[in-house]
Amino acid sequence: MNSTGKRIMKSFFRHKLGMIGLVILILMYLMVLMADFISPYNYATTSSGYVNAPPTKIHFFDESGKFRGPFIYALKKSRDPVTYMLSFTEDKSRIVPVKFFVKGDEYSFWGIWKTNIHLFGVEEPSSSAMLLLFGADRFGRDLFSRTMAGSKVSMTVGLIGTFISVVIGAIIGALSGFYGGWIDILLQRFIELLRSFPRIPLWLAFATILPPNWPSTWVYMGIVAVLSLIGWMGIARVVRGMVLSLREKDFVLAAKISGVSGYKIVIKHLIPNTLSYLIVVTTLSIPGMILGESSISFLGLGIKEPMTSWGLLLKQAQSLSALQTTPWLVIPGIFIMLAVLSFNFVGDALRDAVDPYRTVDKL
Amino acid sequence: MWSFIVRRVLIIIPMMFIISILCFAITELQPGDFLTQYLDNPRISAEQIELMRHRYGLDKPAYERYFMWIGNILTKGDFGYSFAFERPVGDLIWERMGWTVIIALLTMIFQWILAVPMGIYSALHPYSVGDYSLTVLGFVGLSIPDFFLALLFMIFMLNIGSTNIGGLFSPQFIGASWSFAKFWDLLGHLWMPLVVVGLGGLAGLMRVMRGNMLDVVGSPYITALRAHGLDEKTVKRHAIKNALNPMVSIAGAELPNVFSGTIIIAIVLNIPTMGPFFYSALLNHDQYLVMTFLMFIALITQIANLFADIALAMLDPRIRMN
Repeated sequence: MNSTGKRIMKSFFRHKLGMIGLVILILMYLMVLMADFISPYNYATTSSGYVNAPPTKIHFFDESGKFRGPFIYALKKSRDPVTYMLSFTEDKSRIVPVKFFVKGDEYSFWGIWKTNIHLFGVEEPSSSAMLLLFGADRFGRDLFSRTMAGSKVSMTVGLIGTFISVVIGAIIGALSGFYGGWIDILLQRFIELLRSFPRIPLWLAFATILPPNWPSTWVYMGIVAVLSLIGWMGIARVVRGMVLSLREKDFVLAAKISGVSGYKIVIKHLIPNTLSYLIVVTTLSIPGMILGESSISFLGLGIKEPMTSWGLLLKQAQSLSALQTTPWLVIPGIFIMLAVLSFNFVGDALRDAVDPYRTVDKL
Repeated sequence: MWSFIVRRVLIIIPMMFIISILCFAITELQPGDFLTQYLDNPRISAEQIELMRHRYGLDKPAYERYFMWIGNILTKGDFGYSFAFERPVGDLIWERMGWTVIIALLTMIFQWILAVPMGIYSALHPYSVGDYSLTVLGFVGLSIPDFFLALLFMIFMLNIGSTNIGGLFSPQFIGASWSFAKFWDLLGHLWMPLVVVGLGGLAGLMRVMRGNMLDVVGSPYITALRAHGLDEKTVKRHAIKNALNPMVSIAGAELPNVFSGTIIIAIVLNIPTMGPFFYSALLNHDQYLVMTFLMFIALITQIANLFADIALAMLDPRIRMN
């Protein structure tokens, strides 16, 4: 590694907030990879006995103060005689131990191995006791398991969307800057045009183009397309500016004289020179995309059931009555915030590290 | 200067024309039309739907409808007809304009009143505890999804037993004439959208202000002022004035963002701005309403940028318009 690379690495690893962000992100992506294993239940299984059940408290000491290891009390249900609302109380006589590596619902790990081992859970069937770390929703589904399942969508949409938009932005920006002329004018006018809309209404309008009868995996791809369609323009503009100054450099001239084709110069010589900017802008655009996906899904225009995402999970918490009776439904929002915050920290650290004069602007 | 302004205003016209085509294309690409939702309705027969389709002009080819729409805007100032509300789109948007503009402007004022002093403080005490705390606070504001923050505030208000949640007025004041009590009630409702939308942009503004201020404080003319023996207060005043200049162009870019940032919050908090309106129009395929709203927001963006450019040119004599 050359000295510039070393300086960048050193500066990056010294950035405290950036390091905190990096650690959180690594943990979160581990969570995405292990989502099925970590969640004690299948995210789509409904249990009618646990409709709107509150988060289960994990105890270590029983009533008499004796240490028993982690355990939960089974729930006692009662209905309010006037409102017919279900309310749950802990049944102190029934102690259910929480164990690691318990057998539960069957799932296929990464689509390869079929297994029914979960990281933690209770050994009793869900009809007699359930471990609901984040509570249950109005269909009696475990919110913790749903949050894990949602992480698969929320944490990857931003990643794939940003990757696509950076690739499109870099290529179009570099072509526009390198060739100039009417291609440049046309592309720049087009970008200006699309940028005269703020992002949110454009996201929403494009999201409604996706046909409502599409299966949820297609909708996922559609949302990625919508996000990256709107994300590439800012990148293209900056890359164009950088290429405009780079193309006058001697190494480009040398390549031209040696008879290298224009397309090859762009791909092999110009884009690699903008790479440090591209890496920074990638980390800084991911949070925007995560927020975009969750906003679209929150409004019900994005990811559809049975797939789920953090934004879609928050949708259930939208009404005042839900906020009053089941406030735990907003927990997935904390995950959105953590992910976005960590990406921002890491992006900020990268920007400071890559650019000694700190001139790379945030998009 | 005048030729610059005239040129900038003239560019807006062809831009808006192409934008109108784009808006039309987006709404045309949506699967189905306004009448699709009636197809499943057993009370409405297929013949009735055909009749309505003819009456609304939805059976005409797309280009014909586009030219009719744009022609009516240019000749009669008629932006089309809302199928869902059965009223002219222009009137509908105009009605909602008041609160939308008020909330957007108040949000911006809230942001700037906080961001500018925070940025100045950070720049004058760089790498201090205060600087770091403000930075982290800014980042948290930037990272928290605004609708999530709104939900948290709502839970908080429910827990302290407040009823000032959602809408702009408590039920007893709706339709009542203006009084001090009504105004006070409004303030009790209004802070939530302002804080929620405002926090998002706060961090960015603060960072830019901090950066500008750091640049200015380190520049030779500030050293020259000190060398002349001016007191620190005067030096600071000069520095702040110069650091504020570039912020004007950011204000121009910020207005459309705040404008659209209120869309989601207004849906969550049930505030009568254009946001919930646009959303329901999107869901209902209320084509002319969607198009006009998009056109409108694009126009605001263009005008805000124009004003920002002009203001910057007037404030900063170093910028020449050629």
